[in-house]
Amino acid sequence: MTAPRPSAADAGARLSFDHGAPGRRAVDVPRWTGVQTPLPDAALLRDGVRLPELSQGELVRYYTELSVMNYGIDSGTYPLGSCTMKYNPKVNELIASASGFADAHPLAPIDGMQGTLRTLLELQRGLGELTGLPHVSLAPAAGAQGELAGALMIAAALDARGELDQRRRILVPDSAHGTNPATAAMAGFNVTQIPTAADGSLDRATVERELDDTVAAAMVTVPNTLGLWEHGIEDVAELIHEAGAYLYADGANFNAIMGRARYGDLGFDVAHLNLHKSFSTPHGGGGPGAGPVCCSDALAPYLPTPIVAEGDDAVQLAAPQRSIGRMQQFHGNVGVLLRAYAYMRALGLDGLRAVSGQAVLNANYLRALLHGHYDLPYDRPVLHEVVFSGSRQKREHGVRTYDIAKRLIDHGFHPPTVYFPLIVDEALMLEPTETEPPEAIEALADALIAIAEESASDSDALHSAPHDAPIGRLDETTAARKPILRWTPTEES
Amino acid sequence: MAAPSTTDVGSPHPYIPATDADRVRMLERIGVDSIDDLFADLPSAARDPALMLPPPLSEPALIALLADRASENRAPSRPSFLGAGAYRRSVPAIAAYLAGRSEYATAYTPYQPEISQGTLQSGFEYQSVVCELTGMDVSNTGLYDAASATAEACLLAVRATKRQAVALLEPIHPGIADVIRTYARGARLRIDQIDSADVVSDDHACLVAQQPNFLGGIVDLEPLAEAAHEQGALLVAVADPFALGLLRAPGDAGADIVTGEGRDLSGGPAYGGPSLGLFAARSQFLRQMPGRIVGRTRELHAPDGANPRTGYVLTLQAREQFIRRERATSNVSTAQSLVALSFTIAVQALGPHGMRDAALLCYQKAHDAARRIAALDGYEVTSREPWFQEFLVRGPLPAPQLLARLDEQGISAGLDVSDRKEREARDAWLCCVTEATPDADIDAFVEALSLVGGQTDGGS
Repeated sequence: MTAPRPSAADAGARLSFDHGAPGRRAVDVPRWTGVQTPLPDAALLRDGVRLPELSQGELVRYYTELSVMNYGIDSGTYPLGSCTMKYNPKVNELIASASGFADAHPLAPIDGMQGTLRTLLELQRGLGELTGLPHVSLAPAAGAQGELAGALMIAAALDARGELDQRRRILVPDSAHGTNPATAAMAGFNVTQIPTAADGSLDRATVERELDDTVAAAMVTVPNTLGLWEHGIEDVAELIHEAGAYLYADGANFNAIMGRARYGDLGFDVAHLNLHKSFSTPHGGGGPGAGPVCCSDALAPYLPTPIVAEGDDAVQLAAPQRSIGRMQQFHGNVGVLLRAYAYMRALGLDGLRAVSGQAVLNANYLRALLHGHYDLPYDRPVLHEVVFSGSRQKREHGVRTYDIAKRLIDHGFHPPTVYFPLIVDEALMLEPTETEPPEAIEALADALIAIAEESASDSDALHSAPHDAPIGRLDETTAARKPILRWTPTEES
Repeated sequence: MAAPSTTDVGSPHPYIPATDADRVRMLERIGVDSIDDLFADLPSAARDPALMLPPPLSEPALIALLADRASENRAPSRPSFLGAGAYRRSVPAIAAYLAGRSEYATAYTPYQPEISQGTLQSGFEYQSVVCELTGMDVSNTGLYDAASATAEACLLAVRATKRQAVALLEPIHPGIADVIRTYARGARLRIDQIDSADVVSDDHACLVAQQPNFLGGIVDLEPLAEAAHEQGALLVAVADPFALGLLRAPGDAGADIVTGEGRDLSGGPAYGGPSLGLFAARSQFLRQMPGRIVGRTRELHAPDGANPRTGYVLTLQAREQFIRRERATSNVSTAQSLVALSFTIAVQALGPHGMRDAALLCYQKAHDAARRIAALDGYEVTSREPWFQEFLVRGPLPAPQLLARLDEQGISAGLDVSDRKEREARDAWLCCVTEATPDADIDAFVEALSLVGGQTDGGS
């Protein structure tokens, strides 16, 4: 394990702006030696920019020093539920950095870009095949933008039916990612929350009661954020269609079912995928990702622009007939799409099925190893992730899930997702993914069991954790009350 | 290690460590017979469909396939004078090198600040750099691209002013206008593409102006800010951060929100993405901002009696989707963090002098190329002064034909804008030269243009 180590000095107090000296520079910029063109009116120009002045080596050291305070999937096990932190194949970085891909201007003539376009076309087809929703736009830059595209496509289809003014509601489960209700609102809809039943699936009675001609759609995550299969989702799809509404799949958890079940076959009309999750592209500390949107024949005319289409003698960029428009100024995060394509090809169908099979096996193995040590509010076999509760530790020892997560850092692991889904008290959401070897899962379980025991014997050690991290717990309250959000010269100490 | 038995096929793929023996042991512990049993909840009618996907490729085969695809792209190796929203830049090599460090590249969003100070502190650096360049008070850690960031700025202005229309000042990049229209669908906003700030009215939540504008012109933002503010509207400036090494900070000129595209300074154009949407604003809009924001704070407890150390956290999260849900300021979650890191390092490597010198070099080189083209028989540069790195050229042939002729010779001469309504764009094309355009490419371009001109004179 190469977990980050504590830093002795107050490294955070010194920004790049506080390093270096006036006159130092990290790169040389050539001077123009030809005919001088007069500059525009001085009123249109600036005097200077305040930026640090560091030599190249100093700047490299500064960002290297910062980097070692970070924990990535290459550092160790990263069981962050709902985020599918799997190993990111390095060959994909090499591939995407080839000059023929990386140096391509987005408006370059189509006939000079056939290599990229054919690759994107094959990715579209692969995603269409895997989701059972054959029409795909790769344009959305991330999952949430894919959701927005999907919701706007539904709105456009309702508008074409003359029902948009009447159908103002989108049903969203209470276990949903926050992006779902936020997306529904951004697309102009109101949100009706659907409770989760005792078995962890949508409360069917509420769905049936709420379904009427004011409903535009339901957005459902499959498998859901409890890591559970959504029981009877195919029947819900039928009810929704009978009511004249659409069914949207949040594909954030697609890693669980890749190659084994398809949203289209289950009755979904539209779905987005997170290629930075299921298709292994590095998350980059918060992006770039890619959130392709996949849909049925009925919604295909509304897909965002562009889509990649086979033309007579070349692959083309095309605008669907009644497209909702562009999500991006150009064609989306193409570099991410190339990596995802490489991943799909490296695995093939059997490999992708092995991915979902092993991801589910690993989650159930972790569930079995931890069973009895933490409460399990929905005690049945899971798919790609398992949601435990720290409520026993809170009740009996005054230890919060927050403390458990922080203590796990001392054991060399990234903590799980905590306090989500919102419907589980003191939630600990663990997703090992298929790329963790069994011994890493066992070590993670051992650490969590040791922490459960420690919560009884030495709860103070948990309250003050982490002890062995680059920095201790931070004062988030003051950060929000008195925001300091940028370097300023007066702040220099 | 014992040699594997013939029945043990081992790990199914290099990306999946568990072997058959591991799986047997794990299944036993779980108490089921097979992996298939773990999928028993899935409806049988939808289980295990027959799928058409190609077989797996070995790593060498994968590299070979994609190397072929990359070389099939003929455009990137040819001389190109395309700009129009994506610009070739001399990006300091350390930017990609450092952003490629796996501690940054393979981390998730920094939900656990104790082991995410690298992402968080560099996010704070990014916010600082963006505020300095734009002249704004606050910045988020970046959005998807310039267009979607500008659309988010329009939605912010709509919330802040409670108005239902947005004015876009022409010439604006059509891709940016398109994305604003897409985002405006939900709130059913009216989008007015206007030719003069004089027509901004008290219907408008904001006036959006591009700097430099779509046709390359340097814009005086100050009168635009005055016109917008007079009507109670905000000024949203979409600024090229590279040009801001030389041009007045939009905040200085009165802009309320500044967006922009950071991709070109972060790395290659990459066929448009990964991109990076800059988003910065005046502090009064802080709690209306979309996206993640990093704040500086201190440890709650000092280590062993020492002073609490300085650290960074995601802050003001009550704006965000995972807390506020349908009342969030935006649905954005994953954005473009690693691109923002690369952008930050590139700008800081250039530093205060390099940013200005690179922008000056770009300006001089583009104007020199324009002068050479204007000196050719049959060509004129029709741009309005002042302009930065893109200029309009009218040639001896209609622009589409001329561009096709150059394309046959392996040169991307620029973007056809001959059907636009602006007088200077009529029959013209938009040509871009930056500090990174090779001199030899410019020479070849000028030569090719002169030959086209010569052929025309010859009556071909």
